[in-house]
Amino acid sequence: MDNTLSQQLQVIPLENYVMLSIILFCIGVIGILMRRNLIVVFLSIELMLNAINLMAASFSAYHNDPAGQAFVFFIMVVAAAEVAVGLAMLVMIYRNTKSIDINALNRVKW
Amino acid sequence: MTQVFFYGLSALAIASSLMMLFQRNPMYSVLYLLVCFFSVAGLYIMLNAQFLAVVHIIVYAGAIMVLFLYVLMFLNLNVQQHFSKSNMLRLAAMLTGGGLFLLLFSAFYQTELVVMPDPMNENVGSVQTLGKVLFNDYLIPFELTSILFLSAMVGVVIINKKEQTNG
Repeated sequence: MDNTLSQQLQVIPLENYVMLSIILFCIGVIGILMRRNLIVVFLSIELMLNAINLMAASFSAYHNDPAGQAFVFFIMVVAAAEVAVGLAMLVMIYRNTKSIDINALNRVKW
Repeated sequence: MTQVFFYGLSALAIASSLMMLFQRNPMYSVLYLLVCFFSVAGLYIMLNAQFLAVVHIIVYAGAIMVLFLYVLMFLNLNVQQHFSKSNMLRLAAMLTGGGLFLLLFSAFYQTELVVMPDPMNENVGSVQTLGKVLFNDYLIPFELTSILFLSAMVGVVIINKKEQTNG
């Protein structure tokens, strides 16, 4: 039963998963560059991390190597920590500037 | 059947992430990204990585997105705010993203991907295998992640601590 299941799953070539991750990653990059809302920028970062996770998991599955999925696990951990710190900074920025527009922060450029 | 699932899930993921991008209200952006995460979890199941799918839903849908929604509601940010926007910047972002896509696509096009003879062994994504890998080969990184979480927690508390007023 398991064997037929994994044979059925092999119908999808690895290329499709890689292509999907590339598309999702580029959407995330466009989101970071285009939107001015800090929350949406954080969401785009999450989307990019997800695209990388998907690519690592698909390579791991197609190479029969569980190490890739362990790395996906670590990336998820780092993403969770990043979101916690990032949202805390967002709350602090909102308290100080009463706005979550990125352009309100252009004075930290230099 | 498998192909229908794959293309449906990937179309859902791409469409919801695009909707996330072009949504005015950040609340809807978060909810659309949630849809995207669920379809990515479905793709993990199609890769025979059940543990990853469950952890993905728990961590992203259960923790991260709830944190986003909590901050949005807490600060009442879902009201329409005025954002500086310029069409020039938007065009530049599109061009940059499109250029990155072309670069990655050409690299992908010229690469020959190697696939093992019998991919998606039913044991690779199981909790047993991943647990053995995680606690044998990657034990020290696993312990370091706990320190990372601890430092993130301390950092969050310190960042959001109100300034003490003396006297």
